[in-house]
Amino acid sequence: MTFRSETLLWGAQRASAAVLALCVTVHLATIIYAVQGGLSAAEILSRTRGSAAWFGFYSIFVLAVTLHAPIGLRSVLGEWLGWRGRSRDLVLLLFAAMILLMGMRAVVSVLA
Amino acid sequence: MRKESSYWVAIVHRVSGVALALFLPLHFWALSNALQLDSFLAWTEQPMVKAGEWGIVVALAAHLGGGLRILALEFLPWRDWQKSLAAAAAALTIVVGLAFALAL
Repeated sequence: MTFRSETLLWGAQRASAAVLALCVTVHLATIIYAVQGGLSAAEILSRTRGSAAWFGFYSIFVLAVTLHAPIGLRSVLGEWLGWRGRSRDLVLLLFAAMILLMGMRAVVSVLA
Repeated sequence: MRKESSYWVAIVHRVSGVALALFLPLHFWALSNALQLDSFLAWTEQPMVKAGEWGIVVALAAHLGGGLRILALEFLPWRDWQKSLAAAAAALTIVVGLAFALAL
């Protein structure tokens, strides 16, 4: 990794963090509101399906977390386990792809 | 060995981040498949699962608090507020944790 790409990752981490700060605040409030009085699958899906606004919101959430989680894990793997170099970045790239695919699949099945 | 409050906030930020990253695939899997089944929601009624849910919500709040602290430290000009920010991060975590526990 060059200095320039390290700087790029730092910038992506902070930019995604700023987006996530908003997403997580909304998500926490939604969780606490939604779990009141218990949950049923039908009740959840009747509330969530067909809303373009929530679909857009959670798509942005998934995209931001796709950037944020692997970059965060990258520092942890490097500093705590001493795992650096190409193999670490390849594994994290696969992790990012998995988060993106699974996340968008979840968004589609709950909100579309 | 005495550590600064900022050291502990950094450790909590890191550990909560790893926990959230590991939780995400499970969360997405559950939303894509198991949410269609009330049997999955019945499984989540177990005390251990509820405790786990509470823990991950608290981890999310802690990570949010710690992250806001880092953004403030790096992008805002004032630096004497480090301890106040650490306290604010802890307070936010406790508030969300209590609110979620009461709502469960």
